[in-house]
Amino acid sequence: MDLNFTAAEESFRQEVKEFLRAHLPVSLSEKVQHGEHLSKADTEQWHAILHARGWLANHWPKEYGGPDWTVFEKFIFEHECCLAHAPRVVPFGVNMLGPVLIKYGNETQKEYWLPRILNGADWWCQGYSEPGAGSDLAAVKTSAVRAADSEGDHFIVNGQKTWTTLGQHANMIFCLVRTNPDARKQEGISFLLIDMNTPGVDVRPIITLDGAHEVNEVFFTNVRVPAENLVGEQDKGWTCAKYLLTYERTNIAGIGFSVAALKRLKHIAAIRQRHGRSLADDPAFAARIARVEIDLENMKTTNMRVIASVAGGGVPGAESSMLKIRGTEIRQEIFSLTRRAMGSYARAMPEKNTSTKETPWPAELSSAKGVAAHYFNSRKLSIFGGSNEIQKNIISKMILGL
Amino acid sequence: MNFEHSEERRMLADSLNRFISEQYTFDERNTINASEQGISRKIWRQLADLGTMAALFSEEDGGLGGTGFDLAVIFEALGRGLVLEPVLSSAVLAGSVIAEVGNTSQQQWLERIIDGSNIAALAHEEAASNNDLPWVESSASTDQDGWRLHGAKALVSYGGIADVFVVSARTSGDIAEETGISLFLVPAGTPGLSIDTYPLIDGGRAAELRLDNVWVSKDALLGTLNHAYPVIEKVTARGILALCAEALGAMEVCKAATLDYLQTRQQFGLAIGQFQALQHRMADVLLEIEQARSSVINAAAAIDADRLTRERAVSAAKFSIGRIGTLVAEESIQLHGGIGMTWELPLSHYAKRLIMIDHQLGDEDFHLQRYISLSKEVKEASHVE
Repeated sequence: MDLNFTAAEESFRQEVKEFLRAHLPVSLSEKVQHGEHLSKADTEQWHAILHARGWLANHWPKEYGGPDWTVFEKFIFEHECCLAHAPRVVPFGVNMLGPVLIKYGNETQKEYWLPRILNGADWWCQGYSEPGAGSDLAAVKTSAVRAADSEGDHFIVNGQKTWTTLGQHANMIFCLVRTNPDARKQEGISFLLIDMNTPGVDVRPIITLDGAHEVNEVFFTNVRVPAENLVGEQDKGWTCAKYLLTYERTNIAGIGFSVAALKRLKHIAAIRQRHGRSLADDPAFAARIARVEIDLENMKTTNMRVIASVAGGGVPGAESSMLKIRGTEIRQEIFSLTRRAMGSYARAMPEKNTSTKETPWPAELSSAKGVAAHYFNSRKLSIFGGSNEIQKNIISKMILGL
Repeated sequence: MNFEHSEERRMLADSLNRFISEQYTFDERNTINASEQGISRKIWRQLADLGTMAALFSEEDGGLGGTGFDLAVIFEALGRGLVLEPVLSSAVLAGSVIAEVGNTSQQQWLERIIDGSNIAALAHEEAASNNDLPWVESSASTDQDGWRLHGAKALVSYGGIADVFVVSARTSGDIAEETGISLFLVPAGTPGLSIDTYPLIDGGRAAELRLDNVWVSKDALLGTLNHAYPVIEKVTARGILALCAEALGAMEVCKAATLDYLQTRQQFGLAIGQFQALQHRMADVLLEIEQARSSVINAAAAIDADRLTRERAVSAAKFSIGRIGTLVAEESIQLHGGIGMTWELPLSHYAKRLIMIDHQLGDEDFHLQRYISLSKEVKEASHVE
């Protein structure tokens, strides 16, 4: 039993910290720290910085451009990035499609698409959910009919995808499509790569309750997709889908995000006053902060236990469901407390500022703007990536055997 | 980072678990609990022979371990067996005090505590203290080259059969002051000591101790006069860790029993584990127990650290165990339905123990508040630096 990182891991941590100090632009970290939305260019800039160091695709095998890190090193890297307020790596190309191509793609696909993920030539989005296929993902209806003509073997795609995160920036989308309407649910699905600039693709924004444009609907009307864009076997796309949903979920608890968010909460609680003392000294509020802090301390160790078992050759299966449930609950509670700490001012929407002053409210509170928007946005955490109820189904089936 | 126990520790845990599952059956426990003294001397000696008590002390003190993870492994096994025998009170609490501050002659008790020939008990808590650790009304004053003790002590584990008591008493200061507390070794049978034993709802025995003009020689003083508080706090931390690990063992048994029941009990023509409402409750139980296990690991890793690190981790663990132990106990009874309410079912006794662990050495609310004030101390300390 040893809860410490090794000396080599600690020196790796120093290397990461130094890299972040030297290469993470303040213009980006300030935006992240204050919860502001990042532009497409912001994300591309950060991806390019990581790529230049060879750290962008840190889950990939070395032969495809990964840094060959252990699970502990990956954890340390992501943790330090969170603490330094680095932008999140947009996962769709690097963390989702990349591993699927590496496992199920053919040589031509790997040679063409993988470098483009790394150098930013393509911005990928995910075409999984549909209006009728949320938690029940295998109910996808978007159809792809195979045909051949003088211009070659192809699919004609019709249907609709939804909750497409950052689809407004994307030029490519990977989709689960139904290629066999007669087969049993999971068996007639294929994994298809679609160019968003093809005629018949239409992206429409969905504005979420916090006023943000993060997700979209994507409509497909007679979209022609070359057959070479099929990944894996036709009708066997569910295998890719499942692989993608379980791949490398050891950081799904988002410990680093929670640690950074808790620090911000404590800062706000220290500057907000109630009954003539700081909110941090209000017994009821202090108790709520302490509860979530203890839960997070326990979660850190739970997370490290799962990672250690992966390092020892175990496979993070249903354990990642535990990390997802508790990790998202903790993050949501921190956002909830941060909103409460702001009291009446939580209602102000400074990002949509119409006042003549740049900051209409007291200057010392400027670091706390947008807390209610973040809280509302954080409600998604227990819904996406397999809702927490679906995770409980997985636990009862895979771990409890019920 | 490594979450595996050492080979030695695993072997000890295995043999203890095997002994308990073979010799300490539920029926055996019931028989022991119903006996006059509520303890089996035979089991007590066997536990000692297996090295149970030795594992709780360092080699320097005549033991074979004594680290936080030794405590955790031993008490998780004891918790799985719902063991009544006073390992906590005799070895971890009274024994650790003697190991920490006893002089050479006082340390002779350790050998007998470790080999099981004697039972010791810590007599610190009082009727009015209610977990407030420095609250000591009992007093001691010098008299005829010795000490005269007055007062009363509450809930002394197996006080009726203990061979020796480690008694806290105030030698100066006000009732709740940290300074001014001293510890004394008082052998059973000392004139003026009266003991009233009663059974506990979660099994075993406790006693109220009265000290009426109890005279002990000056050699009875344990450690430094007036400065026993840091020792009491440190030893209590070890006791809390032991209780948390014991609770973890009990939780694992509750989980296994409840899961088994969900898979076998049929209603509406189905095993009730097929119903999603029950599945999700069980999934919560599972993931909360994993969080509880992490809290025990954190406390075990911190038990020999500096005071603030240790106490903060220990309070975090006791808070977590209090909250989660209650959840596991209540959910296990609920998921069992009516049968979960019966004395006949072992599960109900595990549930009682889990709930009552929250009543020992400070409950969930107490330790949350304590965690908050310790966190403030950490912050102030870092400002001073």
